[in-house]
Amino acid sequence: MSTADISQGTDRVAIARETDAPTVETTGRAATAADARPAGATHAEGARAAEATDPENALSARAARAVATATGTHPAEATDPAGADPAGATRPATIAADTHPAEATHAEGAHAAEADRPAATATTVRSALGLRLFGSELGLVFRRRRNQALLLLLGAIPIVVGIALKLSTPRGDDAGPRLIAQVAGNGVFLTVGALFFVLPLILPLAISVVAGDSVAGEAGIGTLRYLLAVPAGRTRLLLVKYATTVTFCLAAVATLTATALATGLLLFPVGPVTLLSGSTVSLSEGLVRLLLVALYIAAGVATLAAIGLAVSTVTDSPIAAITTTAVLPVVSQVIDAVPQLRSVHPYLFTHWWYSYDDLLRAPIVTDHLTHGLLAFLAYTLVFGSVAWARFTSKDVTC
Amino acid sequence: MTATAEAGAPVSAPPPPAEDDAIATRGLTKRFRGGQVAVADLDLTVPRGSVFGFLGPNGSGKTTTIRMLLGLISPTTGSHTLLGTPMPDGWATALPKVGSLIEGPAFHPHLSGEANLRRCDAADRTADPRTSRRRIGDALERVGLTAAAGKRYKNYSLGMKQRLGIAAALLRHRELLILDEPTNGLDPQGTREVRTLIREIAADGTTVFVSSHLLAEIEQVCTHVAVMRTGRLVTQGALDELRAGTGARIRVDTPDTGTANGVLTGLGLTDVRGSRGEISAELGELPPERVCADLVGAGVAVRGLAVVRPSLEDMFVELTGEGFDVDG
Repeated sequence: MSTADISQGTDRVAIARETDAPTVETTGRAATAADARPAGATHAEGARAAEATDPENALSARAARAVATATGTHPAEATDPAGADPAGATRPATIAADTHPAEATHAEGAHAAEADRPAATATTVRSALGLRLFGSELGLVFRRRRNQALLLLLGAIPIVVGIALKLSTPRGDDAGPRLIAQVAGNGVFLTVGALFFVLPLILPLAISVVAGDSVAGEAGIGTLRYLLAVPAGRTRLLLVKYATTVTFCLAAVATLTATALATGLLLFPVGPVTLLSGSTVSLSEGLVRLLLVALYIAAGVATLAAIGLAVSTVTDSPIAAITTTAVLPVVSQVIDAVPQLRSVHPYLFTHWWYSYDDLLRAPIVTDHLTHGLLAFLAYTLVFGSVAWARFTSKDVTC
Repeated sequence: MTATAEAGAPVSAPPPPAEDDAIATRGLTKRFRGGQVAVADLDLTVPRGSVFGFLGPNGSGKTTTIRMLLGLISPTTGSHTLLGTPMPDGWATALPKVGSLIEGPAFHPHLSGEANLRRCDAADRTADPRTSRRRIGDALERVGLTAAAGKRYKNYSLGMKQRLGIAAALLRHRELLILDEPTNGLDPQGTREVRTLIREIAADGTTVFVSSHLLAEIEQVCTHVAVMRTGRLVTQGALDELRAGTGARIRVDTPDTGTANGVLTGLGLTDVRGSRGEISAELGELPPERVCADLVGAGVAVRGLAVVRPSLEDMFVELTGEGFDVDG
């Protein structure tokens, strides 16, 4: 009888937890939905603005923005002092802060709880957050040889590029090598150069491998049915998978940025940073700007985490999911390079990836960055919803 | 018991079956895209505390049923409860109390057996992380994998993989264990160990639902059975009750089959069948020693005499009128 009572007790706890969780979730969703509506509105405006200011050829415009000094229109546009810079800076930063320190403090908290509080509370809180599963996922992704190789590759690229630039003679005659000249003049620019180099293909590919594999990989080897029978909970599992892929995005960009910075500091002279707009800021401010660039790019490629997750719930074949996820940004960039399809460009997520150069102007031009972040958010919400709708109703037959 | 009632059955659903049933299904049907009906109108009742053999040829819908029971696939029509909780809505309440092995084990190949179990335990939000290490050690020991705990899963033999799958189902105390073909890939010794394990688990009060296409393997441990054939339930019930319907036979080893036939028929036994050196008949209510005395009295050289109870397989061939082959 007493065991029956105990099991009833745990039943109630479980039920209470179940009913609590959805309310939190729905309010959260309502908030994001509210966010998304203005996003759509400003996005449409942004599209028009972009059309108005961009020259005929979008690709050359981008190249010009990335490499050349300010065209004059950008600083002029930047009359709005508020803008996206704080938003852009803090948003990815808070994501990172939410996951890592939360885990750390929680581990400490658990010990404290063992001492004085009823243990059940700590367990409930921890398990409701899914931190143990998240930790397990991180271990699975980051201990996997394939993913380690991807990170190694990303870390090696700046070193190779740096050495190549060091060996070549800097020239300042045409647009391409201007970046090279800048790197030669200031090692800090190697980071920008390396990010620019991996952004079209290598970085998205690395993210696609992890994102596409997230659910389809488990389905492919059959572990998905056991995770669901445990039960891990479909929504919870999906959120954990998403959080893990986003963490891998951050790790990939961080690896690249760190080795690029180290290589740049070692191989080239370092000093006050001359921005794309021509003005010069101190080295420390230059480094802060670099960090913002890295975070913006991480936010940009993190849209692939949601896209890959959605693709991953559709198929049981990890290879198919990875390939599809990897092809999408390539297709998007090809469309972005066709001037006749200009009206579509603002709706492409890759279109906004290259707006990071606005962070390298004084003052920072915020409109493109804001539109970019909103586009990334919109893509994440749409594909996240697709993934959720598909995964929570899916027949798991693998 | 009241807690499960509070979980609340949907109002529109038929009244929930008796709560002391570990599994109860009502008209459970699964039609796959393409129109193939894998399971049709299944009414399964698994009493608590039973060792329930879920039998049927390959392809008869056993695994599809198990997937529906665990909420992995949704039924086309019908409903079911697991430990008194309506599924799939009550998954969060019911599933932590259910251990399962579904269509063979599946683990991450590059992780060790122990690391794989750690991952399973991490996915379970109701499991206590502080006892995780001990529970994993116990589960590994229970299936005899302690020595291979640190070995990578991909280097496991088929039997070891199967054992690890069972260990994952035993990570916590369960009220119900659903084992789909647990003896697949095991050698005779391993099969015997699984049977012993099932007996031990059942002795602790856990209901065990075990599917198999090999009748003989689980016949010895089951208290209840159900038989599936092409997605339909052929029969179900307590083994004793099912057996009561089919009588024992007496078998006589003798060179004088002709004389023996006369004696057996003279005693009023039915279904007398003989071949060279052996003859058998339905025993009915007749005491076997009486048959023996009569045979010897008639001068029949009796070399052997046995009372044979029909095996499950014989029963089901009788019930289904067919062999136990693969269903299309």
